[in-house]
Parts: sequence; structure tokens; C-alpha cells
Amino acid sequence: MSHDHSIDPKNMPKDPSKATTEGKHKFMGLWIFLGGETVLFACLFGTYLALKDSAAGGPTTQELYGLGLVFLMTVLLLTSSLTSVYAIYHMKNNDFKKMQLWMGITALLGLAFLACEIYEFAHYIHDYGFTFRSSAFGSAFYTLVGFHGGHVVFGLSWIITLMVRNAKRGLDLYNAPKFNTFALYWHFIDVVWVFIFTVVYLMGMVS
Amino acid sequence: MGMTSAQKSGFGATLWDWLTTVDHKKIGILYLAGGGFFFLLGGLEAVIIRIQLISPENNFISAGLYNEMITMHGTTMIFLAAMPILLGLMNFIMPLQIGARDVAFPFLNSLGFWLFLFGGLLLNLSWFTGAPDAGWTNYAPLSIQSPGHGIDFYIMGLQLSGAGTLMGGINFIVTIVLMRAPGMTYMRMPLFTWTTFVASILILFAFPALTVGLFLMMFDRMFGSAFFDAALGGNAIIWQHLFWIFGHPEVYILILPVFGVFSEVFPTFAKKRLFGYTAMVFATFLIAFLGFMVWAHHMFTVGLGPVANSIFAVATMAIAVPTGIKIFNWLFTLWGGSIKINTAMLWSLAFIPSFTIGGMTGVMLASAVADYQYHDTYFVIGHFHYVIVGGTVFGILAGLHYWWPKMFGRYLHEGLGQLSFWTFFVGFHLTFFIQHFLGLMGMPRRYWVFLENQGLDTGNLISTIGAFFMSFGVIVFLINIIYTTIKGKKASGDAWGSGRTLEWAISSPPVHYNFKQLPLVRGLDPLWIEKTEGNKKVTPAEPLDEIHMPNGSILPFIMTIGFTIASYGFIYQTESKYWLIAVYAGMAIALISMLIRSLKDDHGHHISKEELERVGD
Repeated sequence: MSHDHSIDPKNMPKDPSKATTEGKHKFMGLWIFLGGETVLFACLFGTYLALKDSAAGGPTTQELYGLGLVFLMTVLLLTSSLTSVYAIYHMKNNDFKKMQLWMGITALLGLAFLACEIYEFAHYIHDYGFTFRSSAFGSAFYTLVGFHGGHVVFGLSWIITLMVRNAKRGLDLYNAPKFNTFALYWHFIDVVWVFIFTVVYLMGMVS
Repeated sequence: MGMTSAQKSGFGATLWDWLTTVDHKKIGILYLAGGGFFFLLGGLEAVIIRIQLISPENNFISAGLYNEMITMHGTTMIFLAAMPILLGLMNFIMPLQIGARDVAFPFLNSLGFWLFLFGGLLLNLSWFTGAPDAGWTNYAPLSIQSPGHGIDFYIMGLQLSGAGTLMGGINFIVTIVLMRAPGMTYMRMPLFTWTTFVASILILFAFPALTVGLFLMMFDRMFGSAFFDAALGGNAIIWQHLFWIFGHPEVYILILPVFGVFSEVFPTFAKKRLFGYTAMVFATFLIAFLGFMVWAHHMFTVGLGPVANSIFAVATMAIAVPTGIKIFNWLFTLWGGSIKINTAMLWSLAFIPSFTIGGMTGVMLASAVADYQYHDTYFVIGHFHYVIVGGTVFGILAGLHYWWPKMFGRYLHEGLGQLSFWTFFVGFHLTFFIQHFLGLMGMPRRYWVFLENQGLDTGNLISTIGAFFMSFGVIVFLINIIYTTIKGKKASGDAWGSGRTLEWAISSPPVHYNFKQLPLVRGLDPLWIEKTEGNKKVTPAEPLDEIHMPNGSILPFIMTIGFTIASYGFIYQTESKYWLIAVYAGMAIALISMLIRSLKDDHGHHISKEELERVGD
């Protein structure tokens, strides 16, 4: 294997994120990790489903949830997944500036999502007295949605670190896999949100 | 990292080398040492339990201490002894068996080990202030009500070591999928590699359930949530489900790797290829698959209803089929072989009847109606010690005797080995066989004392005498290790002369890059194939060229220190908010280490062709 990680524009590998051994390992490692994450969220969903009607006299799902904000959050996060796809597309064409641009948009959308979530939690706590401690339903709700929010926070710190670190030196075979694994992780967060949207909010409105 | 830094250098340099190592072989040895230490601790706890039960209404230890003792014995043996020792064997041997120079994520490998070690140390720190006392299964609401910080240590200690184990599992999966030597197709992989692979898949899908369970319990105990608090609508059964969704696959994580060990030992010392290789691989997968759908057989008496109980009972009994396939395949491997008996072989041979007894009582327990009688009695204790000691511990000891010359370059002493085998083997059956009958006569598990003249006196005395025999066997094994380290007979590369797999094709102990040239694998048992064709060495798959190796790093150790400080802070922040400083400081140390890891490029290093030529073979 070559010691040099720079990309030769005349002889571009088909996918710079998987051109090195380390890149292949990282790509697969993250997929496997997401398998474990799936079980983690499955357990949290199971716990939530078991406790969602245990409001202990506090507000119920129908009283709490409003679909307007949740719809906005869904649009933000789904769009951010799409923009990360654009970023990876530009990575494969070795266009670092455009990749950074689209990763930046992804991060901004993620931040907007997070802001909505913080607003939502604050709204529940102040206007309904619905907290982590008020009922088993409260504990389960904040834990499930909060774990997802925690994943968003981690993903945002990850991509911002990567963008700042590599802003000057551009794309090479050493950092391309890092951007790629982030994108994969970000899609996973998005998929989990689709389930939260359905199982928590939609089902919470109808039941 | 210097190439020869560990050789004949000062204590400081040696210590630094072990703290920063990312070499899978050294990490394997660290796992063995750490797991071995906790095994002795767990064993000591077991002996104390048996001394308390040597006679009726004994007063050797108090009731509270007894509860702590049984909790810590179970937790230590499962999480901190058996599993790490297996991870040690996997770490050392599996990459050699597939012809790789390291694992896919050497840095993560190191982090996984340190997390396990510090998780274990954190858990055991609780001895100074009051250990966990709700049983190793830690059922709510007992665990929620337990005063003091014992349970908190259980939560944080297992969370840390569990995270380490999960990293190990992911690492092994990627290693096996992507790093097999040229020609090593899946169906040419040695059985130990197969079982490492399948056990890693189990780790991947089982441990997150424990992670969630521990988080919920942490939130309930430390942050006032209400998952298990019935007054606020909580449900204590959720803990049982999450614990056993993890816990049942966990017992297969413990047993499958040793099935792999026996599948290596029998062919080597019977000088025959493994009978029914394909069936063995599929049986392994089938056990793993079924292992995920039987967790509720631990909960038959909870009241899930006859339909659920029946389904889980039938699924449980079905596991006996693939396991039986394995037992018969081992017997057929031995059949007609040119058998050589030594300590590794004795442990393997003893495993077959011992484990089969454990399997039989397992099918008895699987019958939901009968389980109402057995549940929470010594019958269950007898059953799971027959599978975990008669299976996992025997397998670990077989594996250690088998691979010791490969790992350390010296043979364990045969005489001492056989002495420790016979005393431990006899002691094991003395201790646990009688417990089935104690259980059938109604002796409940986890009770501090029993009354005299209820037919339990003699059985308990015999059981305790057996425990002394087992202790003697363990002490002889320790003496054997010390003796071997000082004066043991040196081993060649193919230490047993009848090695079949790639680890026997290289020197004992192996050089740190394992293979100077990656081997070309031409079939199952590649070394055996070369030997039958009169070749002294395995055919190389590549010309001699420079080798790329990962750099050592202290960051995994520092990250672990950070997480441990934070865990300690979490435990005590319920008393005073000043402890939150420890939480923030610890998390800062860990996160900054992660940031450094991300910001600082690490391209590894190369061993030049000239240096490789100089070393010779």
C-alpha cells in the first residue's frame, strides 16, 4: 500500500472513501455498529410502548403532542439526510469545496432540528409539567426521544470537528472515509427519527 | 512504537509498552491476565459461599454479606472472568488462524480491554463501601430499593465493561469478514474462528439490550425516573425482559467459543480432520439464532401465560438438537483417531459427559410446567454450573493448555496439569451433582442458611468439600503457570507436531507482525495440507515486502480513566452535587482524548523489507 494518501486527480479511485484498507474497515465497522444501535433503539421503543399509557394522572400522549412542530422537525432531518448525500456525491468527484458546503448545510439543518427539539421539551415541561420524573410515560418518552437527540448532538460535534480539521488541507484518502462514515451514521439517525415520528407521535395522536 | 522496546528494557518502558500496545497478541494476554485475576476473586467468593453453607444455620458470614457475596460471585464470573478470558483467546488466536497481521481496529481493541478492566475494578471497589446485593440478575424492584451505592457500582461497572465487550465484538466481525488471508474462504475457516465470529454477532445484538437496561436502572436510581416504579406507572418486568434478552444470548457467548476450542483440540490430538465440519458451522449458527428467542424461559413463573410459556419452552428444547449434532461430531472425530491424551485433551474429553448432563437438565428446566417446581432452587444452580463450569471453564482450560506454547513459547507442565485436572474434575462433580438433588428436595437458591434435619445437611457438606477440591486444582494450575514461566519446556512453531491450522505455521511465540508473508490458504486445515505434501512451510501468497503496522497509543487508557472518573461521579452525585464535578471532569478527559484521536493523523508505521530479511524466519 502506498504511504501517500493524497488523491491524484488524473487517476481518481472510484470511491476515495473505500480506496484504502482503513477506509474499507471503517465503512464496514460502522455498518456493524449500526446493527448494535438498532437493538439499542429497539429496546428503547419496546420500553416506550410498554409505558406510553402509564401517565400516572399526568398529561397523556393526545394532550401533549402537536403534529405541526414534529412535521417541521421531520422535514429538517430528512432534508439534512439528503444534503449529506449531495456532500458524498461531491466527495466522489473530488470536489472538496462543494462537499464542505453541503456538509455545512447538513449541520445547519441538524442544529435547527435540535433547536426544535429543545423547544418541544421546554414546552412540555413548562406548559404541562410533563417531566422525566412525573410518570413512567415521561421517563420513557424523554429517554427514547432524548437518546435520539443525544445521537444528533454527537453527530453534529463529529461533522463540525471533521469540517474544521480538514478545512485547509482538503480531501485525501485518509479523511475521505471519515466523512463517509459520518454520512452513514447520519442516515441512521434519520431512519430512527422516522420510527419515532410514526411510533411516538402519529400513534400517540390516534390512540 | 519501537520495534524492540519491550526487549530487556527498564520497568518503565515495559509498563509503557503494555499500556499503549495495540498488538492483538499483547491485548489477548492482558485479557487473560485481567480475566484470570477476576476468576480468582470470583472463586474466592464461591468458596466463602460454600463455607457458609457447610452446615445448617452457620454463622460464618452475615446475611447481608452473603447477599453481596452471591451477587458479586455471579457478576464477576460471568462478566469479568469467563468472557474476558475467552476474549483473550479470541484476540490472540483468531487473527493467527485467518492469517492476518492484526485486527481491523487495533486502537479500539485496546480501548475495549481497558474499559473491561476498569469496569471490573470499579465494580469491585464497591467492596469497600458495600457491594451490590440484589443477585447477579439485579431484578427490580429489589435493586431499586437496595440502600447504599452497591447497585450503582453494579450499573456503572457493567456499563463500562459492557461497552468494551461490544467494541471487541464489532472488531472481530470486521476482522473476520475483511482480513482473511488469500484463499481462506468462509468454509475454510477453522471452527474456533467460526465460533468467534458467531459469538461476536451475539455480542453485537445482545449487549445493547443490557446497555438499555442499565441506563433505565441508572436513571431510576440516580435521576428519579420511574421505569420500575409501580406508583408512577412503571413496570418492573421490563428489567427482566431487557436483562434476559441480553442474558440468554450471553450464555451462548460463553459457550460457543469453547465449542470452537474443542473443535480444534480433538482433531489435533486425534490426528483426524473434524468430523462434519459443515454441520458444525450450521449448528453454531442455529444455536445462535435460537439463542435469541428463548429468553423468557428464565421467566416462566412470572405469569406471561400458557401460550408464551409454551412457545418459549418448545424453542428452548429445540436448542438441544444442534447441540446434540455437535456432541456426536466430536465423538465421531475421536472415533478411529490416533488419540494422544494430555491435559488439553483431558479437559476436552471431560467436557463431553459433563456438558451433556448440563444439557439434559436444561431440557428438564425447559418444560414450563415442571419449571414451577425447579425455579429458584439449587436444581437451577446445579444446571447452570454444569454448563458454565463443565462447558466454559473446562473449555477455557483446554484452550489454555492447548495454546499456551503458542502464546508464551513454553509448554505447561503435564504432571501438574493432570493433577489440577483430576482434582478440579472430581471436585466439580462433587460440588454440583448433589445440588440437583438438594434443589429437588426444596432447597431454595440465594438463602443465607438452611435448617438442620431436613435432608439437606449431608448434601451441603459434600458440596462444600467438592469446592475445596476445585480450589486445590486451581492452585495447582497457578503453580503450573509459575513453574512453566520459569522452567517450562520450550516449544517449536508447530508445538504439538500435529497442528492443522495457520497459528501453528509461525514461531512460538509469534513475531509481532505475525506473518512475514501472508499465507496462501489452499483448503481447510491449510498447515495439514502443506505437511501432507511434504512442505515445511505454508506457501506464501505474496512476495516479501514491507509491512504496514498500527502505532501504539496511550489514548485508550486515558479515555478509560476519564470514563471511570465520570462513572464514580455519577454514583455519588446523588449525595452531593459537588460530585458532578467528577462527572464533567471525567467526561471532559474522555471527550478530549477522542478529539485528539480525531484531530491527530495516525498513519501507522512500516517495517522495511531489509529489516524483515535481517530477522530471518
